[in-house]
Amino acid sequence: MRELPWPARVYLAAVVATAAFLIARFELPGDAWDILLVLALLFLVCESMPTLLNVEQFAVSVSFSASLAAVVLIGPEGAALVGLIAVVSVRPGLPLVKRLFNGAQFAVCGFAAGWAYQSLGGVSGVPQPHQFDELIGPYAVATAVFVPLNIVLILVMVRLATGGAVSFRGMFQFLLSYLGYGTFGLLVAGLWATVQSISAVLVLLPLFVARWAFGQYHAQQRSYDATIAALCQAVETKDYYTRGHCTRVSLASGMIAQEVGMGSERLRAIRYAGMLHDVGKLGVPTKVLQKDGPLTEEEYAAIQLHPMRGLEIVRGIDFLDEAYEGIMHHHERHDGKGYPMGLAGEEIPEFARIIAVADAFDSMTSDRSYRGARPVAVAVDELRKGSGSQFDPELVAAFIRALDKEPWQPPRKVVEVPAEAAETATKDHDDPTMPIEVLSG
Amino acid sequence: MNTPIRGLDSGQLLLIAAAGLLAVAGVAYTAAVGPERPEVAIGFGALIAVGELARLTMPGNREVAPIGAAAALGYTLLLDMSGVALEHSAFQVVAVISVGMIAGALPHLAVGRPPRLDAVARRLLTGALLAFAFRPLAGPLSDFTRQVDPVTQQPDPNWWPALAVMVVLIGLALLADVLIAALLRAEQVRTAFRVAVRDEINMAFPLGAAVAASGVLLALATHSMDMVALLVFAAPLLVTQVAFRKYAGIRATYLQTVRALSRVTEVGGYVEPGHSRRVSRLAVAVGRELGMAEPELLELEYAALMHDIGQLSLRDPIPSGATVLTDPGQARRIAELGAEVIKQTGVLDRVAELVRRQCDQVAEEPPVSSRIIKAANGYDDLVGGSTDRDRAGAALERLRLGAGVEYDLEVIDALARVIDRLAPYHRL
Repeated sequence: MRELPWPARVYLAAVVATAAFLIARFELPGDAWDILLVLALLFLVCESMPTLLNVEQFAVSVSFSASLAAVVLIGPEGAALVGLIAVVSVRPGLPLVKRLFNGAQFAVCGFAAGWAYQSLGGVSGVPQPHQFDELIGPYAVATAVFVPLNIVLILVMVRLATGGAVSFRGMFQFLLSYLGYGTFGLLVAGLWATVQSISAVLVLLPLFVARWAFGQYHAQQRSYDATIAALCQAVETKDYYTRGHCTRVSLASGMIAQEVGMGSERLRAIRYAGMLHDVGKLGVPTKVLQKDGPLTEEEYAAIQLHPMRGLEIVRGIDFLDEAYEGIMHHHERHDGKGYPMGLAGEEIPEFARIIAVADAFDSMTSDRSYRGARPVAVAVDELRKGSGSQFDPELVAAFIRALDKEPWQPPRKVVEVPAEAAETATKDHDDPTMPIEVLSG
Repeated sequence: MNTPIRGLDSGQLLLIAAAGLLAVAGVAYTAAVGPERPEVAIGFGALIAVGELARLTMPGNREVAPIGAAAALGYTLLLDMSGVALEHSAFQVVAVISVGMIAGALPHLAVGRPPRLDAVARRLLTGALLAFAFRPLAGPLSDFTRQVDPVTQQPDPNWWPALAVMVVLIGLALLADVLIAALLRAEQVRTAFRVAVRDEINMAFPLGAAVAASGVLLALATHSMDMVALLVFAAPLLVTQVAFRKYAGIRATYLQTVRALSRVTEVGGYVEPGHSRRVSRLAVAVGRELGMAEPELLELEYAALMHDIGQLSLRDPIPSGATVLTDPGQARRIAELGAEVIKQTGVLDRVAELVRRQCDQVAEEPPVSSRIIKAANGYDDLVGGSTDRDRAGAALERLRLGAGVEYDLEVIDALARVIDRLAPYHRL
């Protein structure tokens, strides 16, 4: 990390010097060695497996609860010493500079928490069973000092080292769970007089099980996302040109949803809805999609049925209701001329309005058998043109903003359709620039 | 997901009756002799109710209430409160657990989500079992924790005997719980008891360990923290509960999604309506009959649901999609294409392998799951959604003709037993 900018280096030196200064003058009481050892071990174990909960770029670990337990059992300096253990945590690949900073900042936070604890009348030392109620107040304040200080120290470092802005999204949830984890330290300290180090085991066991379950959850989640994408792509293999459409619509819907500030749960739901929006298309007979020239009314009706078919398929999945609405209404138009229900404006569910924009955009920027892919700029112009008639103007604007932030990767050019590839459709129901012609009468 | 009363079998009824009697006895006894330290009972009862309110359904439709179970455990193991010994009887423990459970179940009932009676009964019985084993020992163990050094006259508490007894008894209670659960499950889904025990242990171990640790923690914490412990202690277990809820949620969604998307072949006219679901149900039943464990059964179910997914890559649907009647080369190609699709996920390689080998002859030694899918698929192709017994018999006869070459004899026998058993339900 020689490339660390000089303000970051100065900051690092300052934090390390502070930590060294705080610890240097400390003489550990003779009987506290065993406590310190157990807590340090506890800290090390927790710090070495920090993936209990991940919020964006922060890896949360519950190690700091060992520091807080040391605040009660030994005092500020003990807490600082326990925090210092972070330097030797078992995380392969972590550079020495980061280890040094981690240890130093944990030491500073531990000391500050200990100081706050003592100035509020908290007594350091193994608490007797009956003093427990007196501990709670000072301990809560110590946690309230430790957690924000810890976050600020790290954020300053991230800011100085990367020079970029730090996202505060999800920070509140992060803070809350962090404060919640603080209680573990209290439990360890409170039970020390009774069963000594066994208290650490009892507190940690549920946490390790929780960590295991979170790990399982994340593994299943990843596996699930991969499976749903593969199955949706299987539905598309029939038409060579639309391959990858579902994943791109999912991506674009997610971009719009993020831009309009949807929460994480709805964001996930709309990504799935975008992925699944066309699963009903298989119900449309191939000959309709391959037909040259205008369609008869019955044939067009078969196309119009596909959102309902899709809904029928996914209904058994426990999504948010909004995801169902998104799939069912993704071909409604802002002016009420869409299908299947002819809803207009705000009547159309938000998910459906978002998917409609993403759907049309991907169709225009992909190759079709009857035309080449349009450049992104042309497709954006088309979206603008349709804004207010086909599309919700606000969502079109949001999508354009999102595209500015994160450039769109259009699908690879279809040079030649391999001979063995399945059929190619001659029309695309999603393409706003080439509306499907229907014979009337 | 709820089992209606008429769906209960004899083992469940016995269990529920036993739990009901026990609950009545506990409440009646406690009311007769008067409750010991009612405020403690109310505190723990409230936590049990909260835990019951926050119950969740684990994979395999297993209802659990970890917070409630830990609170019940804590109340059972309670030796003293802030140094004052507690001498509540096992009957009082049973009464507190029952009342807490009922209180926690009421809000669910109000919105039309009744608890699974057998699961509730099992939770109560396990709690009661531990209570009757531990409460008589509570007095002597509590004396150890308040002993005084004879020389210095200073308190010299010794918690180790209590801790050891707690750990041993909890272990035994959890074992009993697993055995009851396995008995019920073996009867419910008709699997071998040995297999059910293994499944239940795998399922119960992590959560059981967390609950046991929290229960002991609670009992010990009350020694120094009195009732505040109830609030503070819940934190570690709350994290566990959140994690398991998420895990159970994604597992359920996963299965629902594969089930739902297996239907695209039907919507596309490649196979007859309901074919994938019927084949998967049949395949899982046969797999159970052959003693497969749950993780294997899940892969079998996924493979059976998606066994026809390769047809999506075909130019035109095969008429009514009956792969048993199409030429073997075509069927093999569908299997290969389907395996290719599933392999795309990057995580379901074993499922892909099962799908790829679903057409293999016995001589090629395909995995058992592939043989099961082949037989179940062949049967459903011949019978369809029909529930006619003669047709079923004729289809089985036809499959038997291919036994040893096309179909595995053992699998066909298991299939015949499953169909024989399922037949009466079809008539409903």
